[in-house]
Amino acid sequence: MILIHCPYCEQDRPEIEFTYGGQAHIARPHDPAALTDREWETYLYIRANPRGLHAERWRHIHGCARFFNAVRDTVTDRFTVTYKTGEARPDGGVA
Amino acid sequence: MKRFSGLNLLAQAFDGHRGWPEHWPDKAPKAAYDVIIIGAGGHGLGAAYYLATKYGISNVAVIEKGWLGGGNAGRNTTIIRSNYLYDESAHLYDHAVKLWDGLSQELNYNVMYSKRGVLMLAHNVHDVQSFKRHIHANRLNGVDNEWLTPDQCKAYCPPLDIAANARHPVLGGALQRRGGTARHDSVAWGYARGAVARGVDIIQNCAVTGIRRGPDGAVLGVETERGFIGATKIGVSAAGSTSLVMKMAGLDFPLESYPLQALVSEPVKPIFPCVVMSNTVHAYISQSDKGELVIGAGTDQYVSYSQRGALHIIEHTLAAICEIFPIFTRMRMLRTWGGIVDVTPDRSPILAKTPVPGLYVNCGWGTGGFKATPGAADLLAHTIAHDAPHAINAPFNLDRFRNGRLIDEAAAAAVAH
Repeated sequence: MILIHCPYCEQDRPEIEFTYGGQAHIARPHDPAALTDREWETYLYIRANPRGLHAERWRHIHGCARFFNAVRDTVTDRFTVTYKTGEARPDGGVA
Repeated sequence: MKRFSGLNLLAQAFDGHRGWPEHWPDKAPKAAYDVIIIGAGGHGLGAAYYLATKYGISNVAVIEKGWLGGGNAGRNTTIIRSNYLYDESAHLYDHAVKLWDGLSQELNYNVMYSKRGVLMLAHNVHDVQSFKRHIHANRLNGVDNEWLTPDQCKAYCPPLDIAANARHPVLGGALQRRGGTARHDSVAWGYARGAVARGVDIIQNCAVTGIRRGPDGAVLGVETERGFIGATKIGVSAAGSTSLVMKMAGLDFPLESYPLQALVSEPVKPIFPCVVMSNTVHAYISQSDKGELVIGAGTDQYVSYSQRGALHIIEHTLAAICEIFPIFTRMRMLRTWGGIVDVTPDRSPILAKTPVPGLYVNCGWGTGGFKATPGAADLLAHTIAHDAPHAINAPFNLDRFRNGRLIDEAAAAAVAH
């Protein structure tokens, strides 16, 4: 089982305390009515799905219940860093 | 290809069975082919087989980064059924079930398709209503599916616990009698043998590293670990790695890849006569001809290419199995493994042309691609040969994520399927 570091509780806790929230840093459109169908498709459905480092949201649902972000390698499932919501991705990577 | 027959078996017996030819000799890639299929699983090998047999296109290569049938073709729980809610899905999956019938005869290779019936258990009122809706929708589409009372469920599957005070009470079940299982490796091997006999090259241990395109955007071929191989038509059937291949052609796909786990027990004598699925508590179980209980667990919650999953997913599934079948509480599990499944937003596959001329895709089968193997292979071959989809796979296009015509089996089943 994966151990995940909650940046709010500042503890390594087992994965079953957390729920996964999908790819991180997907901004809601400022003016939804102005979006084309293609932009809607990208916002709703197109995902990075990388083989390698992936920025993603997690929620410490059975702990502090707060959302935070993490960077994890999708080949090894090893976390490189977790950080608070609103902070920029620390390693400078995209998607 | 030397056919398997009683006479040939007898003749070979006198020679110690040394006269059988190799099923798929190792081939060095040619400079160019008419069609390249990426991914030598059941879907990809089957597409090559149907291109050769139905459309006379035998100058085909199937390129595989690992070994033949070593991906999800060898990692699934071999369940076959077609009791899907929506018309499009029912037609698609039933096309496959019809092809499963007679597949062993067509391939001259025993795929061990066993119509032992797939029983889906209802544990609450919502399940009962949902399954009955499925049954009525299926009957309108000519797909067999019938409602069983708890006693009828017990008669059909004696190990089942239908006690009223059970942890997961059985309120009934939906039974598709044509559903069942097949031997997953045999499907890949049978298609490979049949395709090779008709001139198809199978190139293993050769990862595709790029897709070369001309000035007009059309595909010219693939870059691989063993050099460039030309083709003006490329079919991608790469399951969990599909979105990576598509990125090589400059396409972003609505796919995410998740680990899906399965496990088998020690082999025991025949005890379990059918396939039982319980979506609500997430337990799928059948017994292989070797005697192992074959158990399907759920997906992990996060995107991963690790081909393994977390133990708590298995624990959750086995807890449910032990509650529904108390007889199995002392069974010991032998092996667990994971496969990487490519999941679409609506949990329906994509079997279509892509915006890149000459590039075709068969992906997004998520947690339920094995049952569709012959159908998906046949329809991918059709789509490649005609440069246009068949009426059955036309709804399973890429445009649906833009125009909103989703085939939302995710909402229909409320779970992974």
